[in-house]
Amino acid sequence: MGIWLSRMLSYFGEKEARILVLGLDNAGKTTILYRLQVGEVVSTIPTIGFNVETVSYKNIKFQVWDLGGQTSIRPYWRCYYPNTQAIIYVVDSSDVERIGISKEEFHAIVEEEELKDALILVYANKQDLPGALSDAQVAEALGLADIRNRDWAIFKTSAIKGDGLFEGLDWLANTLKARGR
Amino acid sequence: MAATAQDSLAPLRSGEGKKDEDREEETEYSPFYGIEKGAVLQEARIFHDPNLDPRRCSQVITKLLYLLHQGETFTKKEASDVFFAATKLFQAKDPHLRRMVYLCIKDICPGSDEVIIVTSSLMKDMNSRVELYRSNAVRVLCQIVDGQLLAQIERYLKQAVVDKSPVVAASVLVSAVHLIKHNGEIIKRWVNEVTEAAQSRQPMVQFHAVALLHALRASDRLAVSKLVTQLTRAQVKSPLAQCLLVRYVSQVIADSQPGPGGESRPFYDYLEGCLRHKSESVIFEAARAICNLRDVTARELTPAITVLQLFLSSSKPVLRFAAVRTLNKVAMSHPMAVTNCNIDMESLISDQNRSIATLAITTLLKTGSEGSVDKLLKQIGGFMSDIGDDFKVVVVGAIRSLALKFPAKQRALMGFLASVLREEGGFEYKKAIVQAILELIQEIPDAREAGLGHLCEFIEDCEFTFLSVQVLALLGREGPTTKEPARYIRYIYNRIILENATVRAAAVSALASFGARVPELTARVVVLLKRALYDNDDEVRDRATLHLTQLGGAAGGPEAICPSLQLNLAAMEGALAAYLASDDTQQPFDVSTVPKAAPEAKLPKPQGGLMAAAAAGGTAAAAGGAAAGGAAAAGSAGGAGAAAGYSSQYEAIIKARPEFASLGPLFKSCAPVRLTEEDTEYAIHAVKHVFAEHLVLQFDCTNTIAEQCLEDVSVMLDLAEAPEFEAETVLPLASMPLNEVGQCFSVLRRPAGISAGKMGCVLKFTVKEIDPSTGEAEEEGYEDEYQLEDVEVSGSDHIRPLGLANCQCSASPNIRLLCSADSLLLLLLPPPHHQLEDVEVSGSDYIRPLGLGNFRGAWESLDPATEREDDYGLGPREALQDTVETVMGILGMHPCEGTEAVPPNARSHTVLLAGQLPGDVRALVRLSFGMGADGQVAMKVVSRGDSEEASEAVHAVIQEA
Repeated sequence: MGIWLSRMLSYFGEKEARILVLGLDNAGKTTILYRLQVGEVVSTIPTIGFNVETVSYKNIKFQVWDLGGQTSIRPYWRCYYPNTQAIIYVVDSSDVERIGISKEEFHAIVEEEELKDALILVYANKQDLPGALSDAQVAEALGLADIRNRDWAIFKTSAIKGDGLFEGLDWLANTLKARGR
Repeated sequence: MAATAQDSLAPLRSGEGKKDEDREEETEYSPFYGIEKGAVLQEARIFHDPNLDPRRCSQVITKLLYLLHQGETFTKKEASDVFFAATKLFQAKDPHLRRMVYLCIKDICPGSDEVIIVTSSLMKDMNSRVELYRSNAVRVLCQIVDGQLLAQIERYLKQAVVDKSPVVAASVLVSAVHLIKHNGEIIKRWVNEVTEAAQSRQPMVQFHAVALLHALRASDRLAVSKLVTQLTRAQVKSPLAQCLLVRYVSQVIADSQPGPGGESRPFYDYLEGCLRHKSESVIFEAARAICNLRDVTARELTPAITVLQLFLSSSKPVLRFAAVRTLNKVAMSHPMAVTNCNIDMESLISDQNRSIATLAITTLLKTGSEGSVDKLLKQIGGFMSDIGDDFKVVVVGAIRSLALKFPAKQRALMGFLASVLREEGGFEYKKAIVQAILELIQEIPDAREAGLGHLCEFIEDCEFTFLSVQVLALLGREGPTTKEPARYIRYIYNRIILENATVRAAAVSALASFGARVPELTARVVVLLKRALYDNDDEVRDRATLHLTQLGGAAGGPEAICPSLQLNLAAMEGALAAYLASDDTQQPFDVSTVPKAAPEAKLPKPQGGLMAAAAAGGTAAAAGGAAAGGAAAAGSAGGAGAAAGYSSQYEAIIKARPEFASLGPLFKSCAPVRLTEEDTEYAIHAVKHVFAEHLVLQFDCTNTIAEQCLEDVSVMLDLAEAPEFEAETVLPLASMPLNEVGQCFSVLRRPAGISAGKMGCVLKFTVKEIDPSTGEAEEEGYEDEYQLEDVEVSGSDHIRPLGLANCQCSASPNIRLLCSADSLLLLLLPPPHHQLEDVEVSGSDYIRPLGLGNFRGAWESLDPATEREDDYGLGPREALQDTVETVMGILGMHPCEGTEAVPPNARSHTVLLAGQLPGDVRALVRLSFGMGADGQVAMKVVSRGDSEEASEAVHAVIQEA
């Protein structure tokens, strides 16, 4: 009965969405998660494993899974793919050297069968740092233009300053609602 | 941790109870009845559900854990799937579910690379505001953590040690006890925090902190002693912590060397003080510790016995049991101290708990006086049928020792044994009774007739073949010398009629023994044996036929019925093993080649004194020494002792060869060394014979290939690595017989003293193939070679125990091959060039042990100028005793003044060794061992000898090893 009730609630009340935050290590995933959840910049250490928090925004309850980006953890990302409505892919725009690796990981995710219906939101993060690539440059580096038949968007963000995060979330919320109808 | 598990299950169970009521019609079984792994794994998929149902998830985890604890195993993939599914439950905020998740992760514990995925979540929980999350997360985290990660989270853990919440602090402390095994360095940095926790008012925290403090110091005896001193002065409030402390104290006491004279032990006052503690567990722990003290005196025991006596009349069964068990143990060493409790103990005989009653009885039996025996027996008889076999065995043991203590009471006790023998019982129990009676028969002459009578009755109705056979053998041995041998005949003959074949055969032998040793009965026994000739079992008939013939005077006569085989069993075993290994089992085994047991070997130990003790020590060198002491004839197997045996065995071979007469007397023959691999065409063994200026290498050769005939066999030695040796003569073997042993020899001249080296060996021979049609060897042969292993000559080869002949040294290889190869097979073989293995001569080949009574006198008499000193690091060792034995084995020398025995727990020790080198040169060695805290052993070797060379030889042997 519990499940039935919660389904009913979600029907009439808040919508729920499961979101994965992925990206290379040191891209700023955990900072983004807590910026979204508590609205503050918390000091973070490299995530060994994952953090999971619930963020309510625009009448949608986002269950946000922030998975660690270290090489040792990336193989286990796939364990968390099922039932995911959206991916937030975070790129460290100032890390020009590793943007190639970031692209490879990104495409592996995009081609994943279990994620074929998931929305793709790219955060070109760390825009506050000097020498950061612009959103267009990041989009090009990731080869976003080649992605067809998928809903995607890219936003330039700065988790430290809080810029761009909620714009991205707006896009997610709207797109999800549009799909729900 | 178990407590946590139970607590977290408790609410679940009640939840399930309710659920069962709801679904009463569906199932009336326990929720766990008949659950299957596959189904549960299927159910575990609900963990992936976006809308989690915490209660159901908890149930599924409970089932998973139930399966795991029932011994079910998950494959790597299953475990990994369940694990990742379970990690998704971290999204739920339900505290019950979270605790189940912790348990699940801890128990399923997938591969270490996968488990890191929960690290971040656990670290977050570790800093959570919820105590329960903090403590459980710490426990799980510490279980999955590796050294690197531990260093990262160390500061959180360190802080948690002094956490306000006792649950959290205790969790960290327990985890640290586990972590200390692999990450001791990190935990050591927490000492200040742990010490603070040891002062905690919370009993659990204090308990675990004390345990951790001790674990941190466990390897350092001095530090443990210091800690214990410190803690005994501080206030340790927690009873459990104090129990621990009492245990540590008794360990410290056990490790400390007992002071000379009657000075009171350290910490005894503390233990005595604990006897007045208000917690029963502490009182008992202290009393037990006092009772277990080494060489405890009656005065020290008294207060402990007093409190135990109070416990005896406690209303709690566990206290009564603990007390009576401890007293039972004390009664073995200090029966008098326990007598005070006898009245209380007697009331326990009727205790409802049979374990307590049995222990009380056996304690009373140990402490009882002669007068109370009858009363006790009566009481025991009353409840024997109520207790289990295990306890019955204990009672029987107690009766036995009582009978040995009061031989005058043997009639009553024997009667008791006989009556319990008649009752129902398992094999172990019956065996214990029979053994007890057997022992009484042997020890108490008066008990013999009665005991035999009881045993006769027993076998009348005995379901255990093993025991029947044992009793029959005893009857055969003891019966004929009793007053009325005839009365046993009937019992034995009944067996022949009624029992199974094994028992019948034993009965036939027993009967024959009467016939042989009691002349008046012979005729009657013959009649009975004749009936057994028609038995339907081969063995029985064979025995009957044999014994009838023997009684008739043939086949060795009546004496042969009870032969006394006085063989040296070790030598017998060795000879039989060699016989079976020789492939030559066509010839029957010749018992006469086995050395007879030396009669003095049977004498009790004190006569042999040091020698016997040394032999009991079981070290190779010690055995050699014992052999030197006069038991050389025993030819005991193994190590230097074996060498002594080989010497006598090979002396005959050497003497038979006139060629060796000029070399002088044989100093020492070493044990044979195999030079070929097992199962090769030829089997070659080398024996090193040491003469004064020669080394004779004897090569025992066996050919195993029937289709080949090997002639003109010799061993070519490569002396490149043994420059001190000089080849003198080679005595070839004309023809290597098939499956038999032939010898060829090589005589090497060597310098006096110790010469070591390694010699490569190549077997040379002429092969002639045997024509399978005629069975004769072809005339044309060809030369062939076969590589052997090296022969090594070491210093200890030149040292032999004092008491043997003089030392000579020279080597002469003699290889004999027995060959057989299919002629067809031979064609297929690669061009025959067989490399035999090399022969090595090492320094220790020359050393033989020397028994010495007064080491100091001998040491002083030797010229200090010959003294050589050196230090060696031996690396980490388990215990000094092993190290000492190893070094003595390497040196092949004899320990003096009993110094080979290392006192228990000693950290340093000195061993005195004596040995003899060729030319009657003595070498004495003082070995000082020291063991560091980390188990590293250092050895200091000081040697003196009759000559400087002898002294140096010892170091050479050690360096070689």
